[in-house]
Amino acid sequence: MTDQPVLLYALSTCSHCKNTKKLLDDLGIQYERVEVDLTEGDERQRLIEEVKRHNPHLSFPTLVIGQKVIVGFRENEIKETLGR
Amino acid sequence: MTPQELYDMLRRTQEPQGYFFNQDRAHVMELMEALLLNKERYGYMGCPCRLCCDDRERDADIICPCAYREADVAEYGSCYCNLYVSRQWNQGKIEHRYVPERRPADRAMF
Repeated sequence: MTDQPVLLYALSTCSHCKNTKKLLDDLGIQYERVEVDLTEGDERQRLIEEVKRHNPHLSFPTLVIGQKVIVGFRENEIKETLGR
Repeated sequence: MTPQELYDMLRRTQEPQGYFFNQDRAHVMELMEALLLNKERYGYMGCPCRLCCDDRERDADIICPCAYREADVAEYGSCYCNLYVSRQWNQGKIEHRYVPERRPADRAMF
């Protein structure tokens, strides 16, 4: 179990992002999700800078669990980090 | 154009080049829909698994099929999105590993 904040940066069109969302939902994890491609203007730019701080490649999904950043749908690593 | 029409068109042109659609049909059709959505949004079929910047020239390397497909299919048997794969990947003769982002970080300019 984790009591760390979980934040998912995703794209609405990305299949790896959908898989990550499904995994987190299936595991019953509470998390915040933002779909960067659905944002515009200043908000989009702010989110892009945020994602880049965690992941300079600006690739998706970028999952932040506490201090740990997991890039891509890496099921085992996500489960392990969440203690599941 | 419908997702099915796009699928049929791409299949006709890509398979002879050795690039096959992932046999997970639902996954592929979701990506066909996403490509059509990006075409509507940006005017070009930007990669659904990457953030497009709404500038065709700057996104030229990630217009599907992207500039990284050849190297990714050669190394992993699959493109970044698991859309185009090799015959061996579909046959399960190649381990289905996560394909890491090959696009250089400095190409994602925003």
